[in-house]
Amino acid sequence: MTNTTHAPAYGYDDLHRLMSLMTGDEKHGPAATSTLDTLWVLYNRVLRVSPATAGAPDRDRFLLSKGHGPMAYYAVLAARGFFGEELLPGFGAYDSPLGHHPDRVLVPGAEIGSGSLGHGLPLAVGSVLGLRAQGLTGPRVWVLTGDAELDEGSNHEAIAYAGPAGLEQLHTVVIDNASASYSRPGGIAARFEAAGWSARTVDGRDHDALYDAFTAPHPGRPHAVIARVDPKH
Amino acid sequence: MDTMRDRFITTTTRLLDEDPRLALVLAEISRDGFEGAARAHPDRVVHVGIREQLLIGAGAGMALTGMRPVVHTFASFLVERPFEQVKLDLGHQGVGGVLVSAGASYDWPAGGFTHMAPGDVALLDTLDGWTVHVPGHPDEAEALLRRAVTGDDRVYVRLSLQSNGVAHPVTGGGFTPLRQGSAGVVVAVGPTLDNTLAATEGLDVTVLYATTVRPFDAPGLRSAVGAGPAADVVIVEPYLAGTSTAAANDALVDLPHRVLGLGVSREELRRYGQLEEHVAAHGLDPDGLRRRITGFLHG
Repeated sequence: MTNTTHAPAYGYDDLHRLMSLMTGDEKHGPAATSTLDTLWVLYNRVLRVSPATAGAPDRDRFLLSKGHGPMAYYAVLAARGFFGEELLPGFGAYDSPLGHHPDRVLVPGAEIGSGSLGHGLPLAVGSVLGLRAQGLTGPRVWVLTGDAELDEGSNHEAIAYAGPAGLEQLHTVVIDNASASYSRPGGIAARFEAAGWSARTVDGRDHDALYDAFTAPHPGRPHAVIARVDPKH
Repeated sequence: MDTMRDRFITTTTRLLDEDPRLALVLAEISRDGFEGAARAHPDRVVHVGIREQLLIGAGAGMALTGMRPVVHTFASFLVERPFEQVKLDLGHQGVGGVLVSAGASYDWPAGGFTHMAPGDVALLDTLDGWTVHVPGHPDEAEALLRRAVTGDDRVYVRLSLQSNGVAHPVTGGGFTPLRQGSAGVVVAVGPTLDNTLAATEGLDVTVLYATTVRPFDAPGLRSAVGAGPAADVVIVEPYLAGTSTAAANDALVDLPHRVLGLGVSREELRRYGQLEEHVAAHGLDPDGLRRRITGFLHG
């Protein structure tokens, strides 16, 4: 594991440059990445975790389930100081810890390795159960999925269980860029609500709207935020 | 006599009282037996319904927070159905857990092939870092389970209704020599022991007994074949025939040798009936074993 330097505090405006270190692409701004605004608002304003507390039992956990296209995630982790930006240009290289899908064993700050879709939500359910079993009812667990990722049946096992089980510490943000081949308008929120979750649908580019949705109270229930962004197609 | 599964329930119930790090994750199977444990430890006895992908994922998630999960259902739904969860949620995430299966290869023959898992150990063989215990008696199951829960590693405990008459000590991970002979070495795994001992009665063979098959006790096998110029080895396993043949070949790489792998055949029988009928159909009864072992040794 490489965790070389203490990165300076970066802001949202630095994310474009950090991402371009991985992509070599100067043309596309943060808007090209559907997850960037959600990741930034979570790490900057919501999650109670920092490089200093990355191993603390009572930290908040963020599980990137949609591991594909992790440049925004790496940029945000670097901006928040989990690792130095000098790792970013190696993205995808043999000796880099930063793969095209993240590996928790290699990436400082990454709670899970992902890439195969549909693993994050069940792992997040288990994380909440494990925290609760240890009396840790304060930490919140967040998991990010894509709208098409919800095609995977494993998510529905987790959604259907977590609502009736009342896992209040569990939070899901679904990045909805309308990439699922089969979907109905409003179907994602309805799916969560039918299983007893609290659910909100917001503009996935509006930082204040995201923050309000992320921090809305949801006593006794898990919480889902559907962050709508420009359609992929 | 209680079954291995009965013993799993009583032992795990006690271990939950003793070890606050321990959690039990269930998916309907054996839920009734753990009612008392669930009342005593409502946050550490988790029941996810008929959801086997979540069963493994939730257990792995608990492990990510530092718990030691014991995850249990029938072998076909614990290893085969959620195999990618076993591979990724435990192995790739770098966390451990104790998977305890019931049902084995044909514990419920009348239930048919959907509830048979002769390939479970062979599947786990495609993954790194798994310890595989195959107890042959409820006492052995208890000892192996007690050992498994103390670690942080990935352990599979394969319980069966098929059981030997007496238990053997399972103090180490190595194979236990039960008979000494010079014409070959027969390794009996778990519940195949009684039939293997009956089948080799009067034969000049060494019999080793194995309750931990992964890691495979290569030094134990190498030592048992002795200092001769060649070796004949038979492995009798209660799951897919030949599962440990490659491991035995690796153990004997420095020596000319032959290995006969006996176990459950790959072909689907499409038969119901009783456990003993399936044991015989796969040639794992004393007569079937003796015929094939003597044929191999004299071949």
